[in-house]
Amino acid sequence: MRFNWQRFWAIVAKEFIQMRRDRLTFGMMVGIPMLQLILFGYAINSDPKHLPTAVHSADNSIFSRTLVWALRNSSYFDITREVQTEAEGQQLLARGQVQFLVEIPVDFSRNLLRGDKPDLLLEADATDPTAVGFAISAVNSLAATALNRDLTGPLMKLRASPAPFNLVIHQHYNPENITQYNIVPGLMGVMLTMTMIIITGLAITRERERGTMENLLSTPVHPGEVIIGKIVPYIAVGYIQVFLILLAAKFLFDVPMIGSLTLLLIMTFLFIVANLAVGITFSTIARNQLQAVQMAFFFFLPSLLLSGYMFPFRGMPVWAQDIGECLPLTHYLRVVRGILLKGNGAAQIAPDLWPIALFLIIMLAIGIKRYRQTLD
Amino acid sequence: MNSNGFAIDVRDVTKKFGSRTVVNHIAMQVRHGEIYGFLGPNGSGKTTFLRMLCGLLRPDAGSGQCLGLDFRTQSGEIKKRVGYMTQRFSFYEDLSLEENLDFIARIYSVPDRKSAVDKSLERLGMTERRKQLAGQLSGGWKQRLALSACLIHEPQLLLLDEPTAGVDPKARRDFWDEIHRLAAAGLTVLITTHYMDEAERCHRLAYIAYGNLLAGGTVPDVLKNAKLTTWEVTGNDLPALAEKLRGKPGIEQIVAFGSTLHVSGRDETALRESATPFMTGAWRWQPIPSGLEDVFISLMETAKDNFS
Repeated sequence: MRFNWQRFWAIVAKEFIQMRRDRLTFGMMVGIPMLQLILFGYAINSDPKHLPTAVHSADNSIFSRTLVWALRNSSYFDITREVQTEAEGQQLLARGQVQFLVEIPVDFSRNLLRGDKPDLLLEADATDPTAVGFAISAVNSLAATALNRDLTGPLMKLRASPAPFNLVIHQHYNPENITQYNIVPGLMGVMLTMTMIIITGLAITRERERGTMENLLSTPVHPGEVIIGKIVPYIAVGYIQVFLILLAAKFLFDVPMIGSLTLLLIMTFLFIVANLAVGITFSTIARNQLQAVQMAFFFFLPSLLLSGYMFPFRGMPVWAQDIGECLPLTHYLRVVRGILLKGNGAAQIAPDLWPIALFLIIMLAIGIKRYRQTLD
Repeated sequence: MNSNGFAIDVRDVTKKFGSRTVVNHIAMQVRHGEIYGFLGPNGSGKTTFLRMLCGLLRPDAGSGQCLGLDFRTQSGEIKKRVGYMTQRFSFYEDLSLEENLDFIARIYSVPDRKSAVDKSLERLGMTERRKQLAGQLSGGWKQRLALSACLIHEPQLLLLDEPTAGVDPKARRDFWDEIHRLAAAGLTVLITTHYMDEAERCHRLAYIAYGNLLAGGTVPDVLKNAKLTTWEVTGNDLPALAEKLRGKPGIEQIVAFGSTLHVSGRDETALRESATPFMTGAWRWQPIPSGLEDVFISLMETAKDNFS
């Protein structure tokens, strides 16, 4: 049969009509590029600057002040905390509240002036190697010249190169900068987010699309029975995924597992349920399965990009970090990495516990409110 | 609440979707053990009415009882005692017959589930097909499965929404035999249909169009109350005659039935006057009793004039 223009145009016109009717798909086609443009164009920065840094200065001298000033001036370090003890600084590192801890030892200036080359300790939370890489190379180059301003007159001789002090860098939690150590535990959160939301998103819309919802609603079954009944099997599925990734992390990637696995599994429960609640809520809004998948994708994309999984969280502008703070994946990533790589316990992960719990409560409330027991 | 011998006794049932009134102050009384036919054109509000009875939709107004329970406030209790068969097959196509029945039996907390499922499979002659997926069944088998699933919790009232749409005549007859057996055993059945032969198999009927109840009663009652006169015409060139008659006063319906023409109208005198000039030679006119279909179409036309 010959190609017929009229038939061909019939198909084209029909596709346009259907596209116009399906608002959500149309919104996806426009919304996803815009979302990506904004996220990649403005939010993503693989050279993170202004990293929060704590200073523990046991030596209050002009030199230590100059050093701190030089760090700040490099634009990589924001001095957010001054701590009194080293332990306090370590705690901040473990909780992820600071990326770096600068230790200026007692007698730093005295030893410096004597030419004894005192140590200057820079401790880094290197869980995510890309987050600290640039800052560490910046600090290496600045060390040599930072004190030149103060080394005048008789001290000129100390200006010699290399620096008049030893810069010691401790990269904590992932000293060898193995990217997998950061990515593999993070992947657990990403996988759970993606699969849990899509699966449950489909669970209720499928009933509606196939007409089985009408039947279900005509029985004495209660909304709570339906929603919880639909969530429970997928909690099991979520744990299977977690076990597979943990096994792979252990035996294929040699990811260290320092903290308590029990604690991790408990936190994982909260995270899985939070994601299932998102899926259920989406499925009460979506009219068909395609829409549910599209909504899941809309949620997944910012989760992937703004949670600190793909790009360093602190490299993003404040507004993007604020969005990221609202997403459960952001907090779960901190929990997983914290437990596995840092050996964090309940006390250190507490700051990331309540945001996930709050998110879960809000989502469940919306989901149950939106689940209709009638077909109205 | 006193049931007064009625399985369903509701008044002023109204449902609006936005500004559109889909069910308009409908009253219905169905006796225990009765097969009650519910007829009306597509979109007339039959399904909406059934859905309100079993708590799937909330009525905007109305009062009354269903199985002795307030149908507006006790829908949870009503659901336990009602079997509702949806218009579209609404069981799980990816579950086997047995799994579907078992699921429904669990939802209704049927005691001794296993034997209830076995009995139900056996009664519908599906024991050897129990492992087959519901999605692979033909239309007739799906309908039988749906019916047997609706019955598994031994309801007192069956609500059937066009259960025989797309089912072959033999399966339809078997289905109706089963419905009559169930009714004889005391079950009340409210059934919607478009088929006139099925309407005639109901004890009583209601006809609804554009949300309004237009007629009700037994088949002879409905026929009698419609006051419709019908003539059967035989002869040559009937299409030409039909063209000539169309639009004449008193002539409301002209329907070709094979090689005959049925001409009917509510105003007997006007119809006769318009027809007289054609009662000659080539055409033979003969009065016949109006059929249910003629009556319903006439009711629908009237309703269109009055409500739309």
